[in-house]
Amino acid sequence: MSDTQTLIDLKQVSFFYPEGPKVIKDLDLQVKTGDKIGLVAPNGSGKTTLFHLIMGLLKPSAGRIKLFGKSMRTEKDFAGLRHKIGLLFQDSDDQLFSPTVIEDVAFGPLNMGQSKSEALERSRKTLAQLGLEGFENRITFKLSGGEKRLVALATILVMEPKVLLLDEPTAGLDQKTKTRLQSLLSKLDLASIVISHEFDFLTSVTDRIHNMEHGRIRTDEALHIHVHRHAHKIGRQPHRHV
Amino acid sequence: MIQEPFAKGRSFLHRADPRLKVVLAGGFSLIVALTYDFTALTIALFYAILMVVIARLNFGAVARRLLALAGFLGLLWLVLPLTFSGETLFSMGPIPFYRQGLILAAQISLKSAAILLALIALITTMTVATLGATLNRLGVPLKLVALLLMTYRYIFVITHEFERLANAAKIRAFKPGTNLHTYKTLAYFVGMLFVQAVTRARRVHNAMRCRGFKGRFYTLYEFLPLGQNKLFIGAIALILSSLIWLEWI
Repeated sequence: MSDTQTLIDLKQVSFFYPEGPKVIKDLDLQVKTGDKIGLVAPNGSGKTTLFHLIMGLLKPSAGRIKLFGKSMRTEKDFAGLRHKIGLLFQDSDDQLFSPTVIEDVAFGPLNMGQSKSEALERSRKTLAQLGLEGFENRITFKLSGGEKRLVALATILVMEPKVLLLDEPTAGLDQKTKTRLQSLLSKLDLASIVISHEFDFLTSVTDRIHNMEHGRIRTDEALHIHVHRHAHKIGRQPHRHV
Repeated sequence: MIQEPFAKGRSFLHRADPRLKVVLAGGFSLIVALTYDFTALTIALFYAILMVVIARLNFGAVARRLLALAGFLGLLWLVLPLTFSGETLFSMGPIPFYRQGLILAAQISLKSAAILLALIALITTMTVATLGATLNRLGVPLKLVALLLMTYRYIFVITHEFERLANAAKIRAFKPGTNLHTYKTLAYFVGMLFVQAVTRARRVHNAMRCRGFKGRFYTLYEFLPLGQNKLFIGAIALILSSLIWLEWI
């Protein structure tokens, strides 16, 4: 894959619930091969909605969505392409529903029509890739929060997606797991959109960072990440320079 | 949390094929439930105790589970002898104790103890995940099996959500009592749990769709050929046929 390809293409997409305010407003977004985009998005900015629109879990109220060059309209269009986009949910308990880890990881490949032995082999390989050897027969709900997140990541990586959508991947993780996740993600050669509040994390796993506000993605230069020194205190907290 | 304390072990019953264990547990429970003959019931109880011994379970832990049953049975021993008519065994002042009721209480006690012990020895010696795969293999529809496994998976999440609600109430000085305020609060709890369960179900379903779920479940459990279990198959045949013989022939 040397040539760049537009993987995700959103044009003027809006989304609102009946009689509600617009959650997503005329949003344009393009993700090309190799793009690693970070999104800083406050609560209620429509970030999860954006991901669900891309996955076809929600239908846009207006605008069009193209995935891998194809226009997406019906559930059928999306169903055929979903395995190419890996969405990591904010709450790993939503993602891991099988009794054992190996069954959960193999769920995707089995749905894609692989044989049991193929699915098992690929699942084991993916677990090993994430340093989760020996987790196969662990019971999913007995895993710690960090382990759950990594296994959830395995359940999507095993499907060999072309794009990763990560919704607050560091939420609720301890520093050790965060660092581990960080080094895993920066090693992956995949296009991705990462939503997070944590600048340090975003800068290490993405190439550019945008701000999401009121249902739009702002690409202003002023918001681009840069290193600067603070002459005032608590510079680590999010703040504005006037 | 459900701990599955008996699921791990190296005993004969732990290693036996789960399909045969489920068949024995099902057959045994059905026959014992329909049996009234005291000889047959006593032997059934003996079989059940034998199974627990063979499974090498911790007797203290098994006894604690029987204790839960004992409370329920105690109530039956108290009520049943009073509520029958017919031959009186003895009277306590004006209150007659009927023979028929006592016999029934004894039968129910033997039956439930035998079935409970057999289930502990046969079913709890496998994980719920294995039980699910086994039921499916024995012809139980996957949808029902998935229902069992998902309930088992999410009961902890729901418990956790309940604890959060309970803590939220506790830090605002909520003390349960026998009053309308308490009932109302508890009703809100239940309502919230339902709402949260529904939204979570929707999220889980979405996550499944993202991974290509098309309404089909797969199980990965590999069953070995039954050939190595000849001894166990023989024992099952002996146990079930002897009980049938004692009761009906």
